[in-house]
Amino acid sequence: MLRRGLTRLLGGDERRVDSRTIYVGHRSSSTNEAFIPPKFCDNRIVSSKYTVWNFLPKNLFEQFRRIANFYFLIIFLVQVIVDTPTSPVTSGLPLFFVITVTAIKQGYEDWLRHKADNEVNKYPVTVLEDGRRIRKESEKIKVGDVVEVEEDKTFPCDLILLQSSRGDDTCFVTTASLDGESNHKTHYTVPDTEKDLESLNATIECEQPQPDLYKFVGRMHIYKTNQEPAVRSLGPENLLLKGATLKNTQKICGVAVYTGMETKMALNYQGKSQKRSAVEKSINAFLLVYLCILVSKALVCTTLKYVWQGKPGQDEPWYNEKTQREKDTNLYLKMFTDFLSFMVLFNFIIPVSMYVTVEMQKFLGSFFITWDKDFFDPEIKEGALVNTSDLNEELGQVEYVFTDKTGTLTQNNMEFIECCIDGFQYKYQDESSELDGLCVPDGPVSKLQQKAGREREELFLRALCLCHTVQVKESSEQGQGQGDGLTNQVDGLGVDGEVLHPAHEQRGFIASSPDEVALVKGAMRYGFTFLGLESKTMKILNRNKDIEMYELLHVLNFDPVRRRMSVIVRSKSGETLLFCKGADSSIFPRVKQEEVERIRMHVERNATEGYRTLCVAYKYLSEEEYAQADAGLREARLALQDREQKLMSVYNQVETGMSLIGATAVEDRLQEEAAETMEALQGAGMNVWVLTGDKMETAKSTCYACRLFQRSTELLELTVRTLEDGGRRREERLHELLLDYHKKAVQDAPPVKAGVTRRWSSANQDYGFIIDGATLSMVLNSSSESNASRYKNLFLQICQNCTAVLCCRMAPLQKAQIVKMVKNSKGCPITLSIGDGANDVSMILEAHVGIGIKGKEGRQAVRNSDYAIPKLKHLKKLLLAHGHLYYVRIAHLVQYFFYKNLCFILPQFLYQFFCGYSQQPLYDAAYLTMYNICFTSMPILAYSLLEQHICIEVLLDNATLYRDIAKNAMLRWGLFLYWTLLGVFHGLLFFFGVRFLFSNPALQDNGQVFGNWSYGTIVFTVLVFTVTLKLALDTRHWTWINHFVIWGSLAFYVFFSFFWGGIIWPFLKQQRLYFVFANMLSSVSAWLVIILLILVSLLPEILLVVFRKPRGPNARQMQHRLPSSGTSTIFMLSQTASSHSFSWSD
Amino acid sequence: MVKEVKELVNRPDNTAYTQQRLPAWQPMLSAGIVIPGFVSIGLVFIGIGVALFVTSQSIQVLEIDYTGVEQSSPCFKCSDQTGKKCDCVMNFDIDSLFKGPVFFYYGLSNYFQNQRKYSVSIDYNQLTGDLDYFTNPDDACFPFQNDRNKPIVPCGAIANSMFNDTFQLFQLVNGQKKEVPLDGKGIAWWTDYNTKYRNPSVTPLRNAFNGTVKPPSWPQAAYELDTEDTSNNGFINQDFLVWMRTAALPDFRKLYRRITEGDYASGLPAGNYSLEIVYNYPVLSFDGRKKVVFSNVSWMGGKNEFLGIAYLVIGSLCVLMSIVMLIVYAKFKFPEED
Repeated sequence: MLRRGLTRLLGGDERRVDSRTIYVGHRSSSTNEAFIPPKFCDNRIVSSKYTVWNFLPKNLFEQFRRIANFYFLIIFLVQVIVDTPTSPVTSGLPLFFVITVTAIKQGYEDWLRHKADNEVNKYPVTVLEDGRRIRKESEKIKVGDVVEVEEDKTFPCDLILLQSSRGDDTCFVTTASLDGESNHKTHYTVPDTEKDLESLNATIECEQPQPDLYKFVGRMHIYKTNQEPAVRSLGPENLLLKGATLKNTQKICGVAVYTGMETKMALNYQGKSQKRSAVEKSINAFLLVYLCILVSKALVCTTLKYVWQGKPGQDEPWYNEKTQREKDTNLYLKMFTDFLSFMVLFNFIIPVSMYVTVEMQKFLGSFFITWDKDFFDPEIKEGALVNTSDLNEELGQVEYVFTDKTGTLTQNNMEFIECCIDGFQYKYQDESSELDGLCVPDGPVSKLQQKAGREREELFLRALCLCHTVQVKESSEQGQGQGDGLTNQVDGLGVDGEVLHPAHEQRGFIASSPDEVALVKGAMRYGFTFLGLESKTMKILNRNKDIEMYELLHVLNFDPVRRRMSVIVRSKSGETLLFCKGADSSIFPRVKQEEVERIRMHVERNATEGYRTLCVAYKYLSEEEYAQADAGLREARLALQDREQKLMSVYNQVETGMSLIGATAVEDRLQEEAAETMEALQGAGMNVWVLTGDKMETAKSTCYACRLFQRSTELLELTVRTLEDGGRRREERLHELLLDYHKKAVQDAPPVKAGVTRRWSSANQDYGFIIDGATLSMVLNSSSESNASRYKNLFLQICQNCTAVLCCRMAPLQKAQIVKMVKNSKGCPITLSIGDGANDVSMILEAHVGIGIKGKEGRQAVRNSDYAIPKLKHLKKLLLAHGHLYYVRIAHLVQYFFYKNLCFILPQFLYQFFCGYSQQPLYDAAYLTMYNICFTSMPILAYSLLEQHICIEVLLDNATLYRDIAKNAMLRWGLFLYWTLLGVFHGLLFFFGVRFLFSNPALQDNGQVFGNWSYGTIVFTVLVFTVTLKLALDTRHWTWINHFVIWGSLAFYVFFSFFWGGIIWPFLKQQRLYFVFANMLSSVSAWLVIILLILVSLLPEILLVVFRKPRGPNARQMQHRLPSSGTSTIFMLSQTASSHSFSWSD
Repeated sequence: MVKEVKELVNRPDNTAYTQQRLPAWQPMLSAGIVIPGFVSIGLVFIGIGVALFVTSQSIQVLEIDYTGVEQSSPCFKCSDQTGKKCDCVMNFDIDSLFKGPVFFYYGLSNYFQNQRKYSVSIDYNQLTGDLDYFTNPDDACFPFQNDRNKPIVPCGAIANSMFNDTFQLFQLVNGQKKEVPLDGKGIAWWTDYNTKYRNPSVTPLRNAFNGTVKPPSWPQAAYELDTEDTSNNGFINQDFLVWMRTAALPDFRKLYRRITEGDYASGLPAGNYSLEIVYNYPVLSFDGRKKVVFSNVSWMGGKNEFLGIAYLVIGSLCVLMSIVMLIVYAKFKFPEED
């Protein structure tokens, strides 16, 4: 113990200490030697980053860790230290502004976190100490404390349930705030803990905290006087998580096992890895270019300065004597400070404000997604959710879409369609045709109008009613008398069932998987109603309105590997039964083969019709068998190590030699407009891959329904089945098939250019590719290293040439593997994953953009996604309209920002050639500072929020438009070069235009001359007008806001110039601009040169627009109009057993 | 009821802004607009260009370099000596009437008034007449801040280097020198003279300068700049103001006098003239040049061919481009012209 404590304290490898021991109520066990209270962290949740004391230094440190801020800080410091041309204010003020705003924002957010933390930490809780109930603040709870929690209160830390006020030693919990699943989950007390907690003397040994919400392994030793300590296993069903809420239970007592930052909730707080968009990478690349320009400018000026000064008389004319200090300074030091001064003078070429504007654009822009009423789903009463605004523009760049099937392409809204009992088909029609409770079998081809024996029917229905983890939703009235309301409740329901049959239909069932609800409801239609689970007793209302009771002995939980679940129950008559349901592939090997043949036909037919099928089997357990199974299960559950594997092997032992009763078929409908959405995505040039845990047949039919595969599509299959052909070694066969497909799809296909024209040249053969999980792992983990990479390449090439790819039988991790493989393939395509379930989280996190669907499988996908939408159909607008617009907006924003700062600083650079390289600024300090902050920032911000170069309807109608911006089209080097050249052209024009004008500085009609500040002001005026009007030219969507900010900015510039030059400012050392602007305006020549230069700058642009127009987007919109699909197709889909969970413990 | 409220809370606002459906004007730059636009811009530009060009042509300019680099120059004798007062005379002829009002500029070449260190070497507070700064000039003025522990007023390199050649212009009429009156008023910006620069409110002005010394290069103190007009002294001396407005480029000219009075109000008649120069200002040490410029001005200011030519070229280019566009338009028919 001590050593453990030490290792923990010393921060040693914590993983090695794989369990912790907790003394319940801090009572040392009698057998233990000296009782050393182990050290655990306290129950304070600290999600805040700062305290009042460390806020300033820590926040500043964090902010200056950003490379851009650091750069500006350096510039600022250089300005302060070295004698530089511009005052430190010019760069200090914007930096200060940015830092302050960010600090305030972060401070506010942290204050909110503090408040939330405090609310949690100061929350009063009741702790039982030596028999007394003591009110405490939540943060004071220590590991080992026995905590009492009342109904509708949240648990203050992770507790092991010791005692519940309910009679059946259970309590109900909702974990809505943890994973969004609002159903009530049942947790159990540790068996045999005494009712009298005061005398309980026990220790708990459990694993060290880990973030998995659904995993917990522990063991409880209960010491009783004069007895061997009893050992009880602890599992997730005993653990109440911090953050969950107690429901339907008056109060519980539990012992704290994990506290504070070690609770599972806190461990799950870890931030997601930061995803960075392609645009951001482009910005950084451009920045590097501009940094090079900046440095080379400074180098050129420094060099020329010393060359120029080498000429006699230039260095120190009599009118500009040097100070003694300057003369004494080391030459190289002077050169260095000159270099720094030039850097400072030109540093505005990389503007602070760009970062601010980009951030603002992303932040404000993301609201349009949340606000979009098209994303509002009236069913769940929610709209879209934006978890990160950093990736808005990435939505316009997607090349690969990876979609889940169940719940994403399909609705995951299950409906019981038919069942098959002993090979006889039963199809539910409607109630009128019901014959003595059971519908007319409308059956199999061969055995029409026949029925299985009544006994078999009832057995099958009982199995459906018992073999599940569904809960009955308790209405509020029934919730009152929990303890003894048991019989009342049953009576009430019984009466309910008798009098009002439809009331059964209204009955609320809650389960984490909709299939289970569908099955229970299906059974109800045939007359078997599940009434609920009370103290380990399942009650069923049978066809004769009698209540049957079954004691629930064990639940063999569902897991995606076994693909089945079982329950062991004991009937009133004392028979022990095991019911099992699961995927055909996992049930068939475990039942008698002669039974399989009768059912298999139905199952396969159902699967091709697109239903999800499940097989149901049962077996009687003799006393000995049960005792053996029971012992095995208990032992496995108690195991601290490898519990999963041990349980698995016991499950596998128990679930053998069953007899098959029948099969069920459940329908899952396609999502609304799934086909249109897929078609639009393909039209937009995206490759759609379906990654599913489903059977191939089911998934294939979904793909056909979604029109991912067309009738004409040639399917290339690479599955276990195709590999088994010919009886050769699988690997050889795989190799052969890959080469064959590669030849077909890649080599024989006419060369395509970046997939832009491919799909619409109809002469081409379309290919669809199908691969399953087992084969995929062969491809990825081939025996030899060289083969692996070769197969991977072949596989990727084939896939890239296929219109759609279907990967079935995928494990969650394999989904992520595929995404990763494509993400890292040649050209680094942008990937998007969309899914709704916990099994999609890995691929959502892996892809560049992760989209969660607010579906029925809990909220995990949504929580881990970057964007969440209610329905699949919203993806179309999200990508084609929002993504496209965001990309165009931000790309233009970035290019424009670099451009406007290049032509801002270039004249200043050129001026150095005319002022003896003396770092004389061309513009006044106020203009230098305000240029990016006030004069030119608002129009581009408005543009980048409101621009719709093509209106949303057109974007939605013409998916092909999406291809225009594919592959970061607007931030390619070519375009960047164009903008840079434009900036250079404008800069040269501004400077030399005014330079020639100033060959005679007598510009006023009274013969007076203008000085250098007039020169700068004229250049600056031309500059501000030109860059603003350039943006105006690029604006295709003029709302009143655009008008307001564009003309407003110009007006503000004029107003500001008058104002700034109209007053003698007492805080300024020199009144450089005093009446300069007004005097400038009194000169006709100045007016004329301003107009001339603005027009000359912009006219080529206009010409370019006119001449380029025939190739513009509007032309395309005329040429190819996509065949638009009609109404949504409802297609029936099947899935034997999806990889999603039946029970919440998946 | 509760349901409805909840729905209202979650449902996004259906406003034009949130739905990105603000009414918008979508300008289309079609050839139908651009061609007439270019033609009209071109024509207007040509018009302005012609006006500018004609005006600029009509402006007369006479430049006389008096640096005295060449031996033949009358001022050669003055060019080698520095500091010592030296007079020289430049004679020139005017063939035809030099229309008035004539403006008399002096011009300096290779003179960097826009050097950063030079252009910040000024104490503005002194120049507003703040006596505190008379005794304690700003550090920016260094090395022209103090002279032998006495503060320099006006301090700084700009003031110190004030141009101090003086000129007198005579017309030679029948061998007689007839002085052309030079008007030293109105050569500086009105705002500089009236608001920006202020003398200390001490009378007589020289008392304010007690305890200070004149800039080392100045022949006389600030309060003695104009011996004839006492109100034109100190910091509102117009020559001083003109000098303090630093030039933009190393080759610059500054207004010296206007010829607006007497017989010469309508201009300088044809004839022989003699310009008597008091040569003080050394420029050869940094390879500079000095000149005087006589010029009349128009509405566009002094002579400047650049503007007129630029307007003409751009105007013609616009017209040319519109013709090219018209041809392209006629030949290929811009496909979608709504």
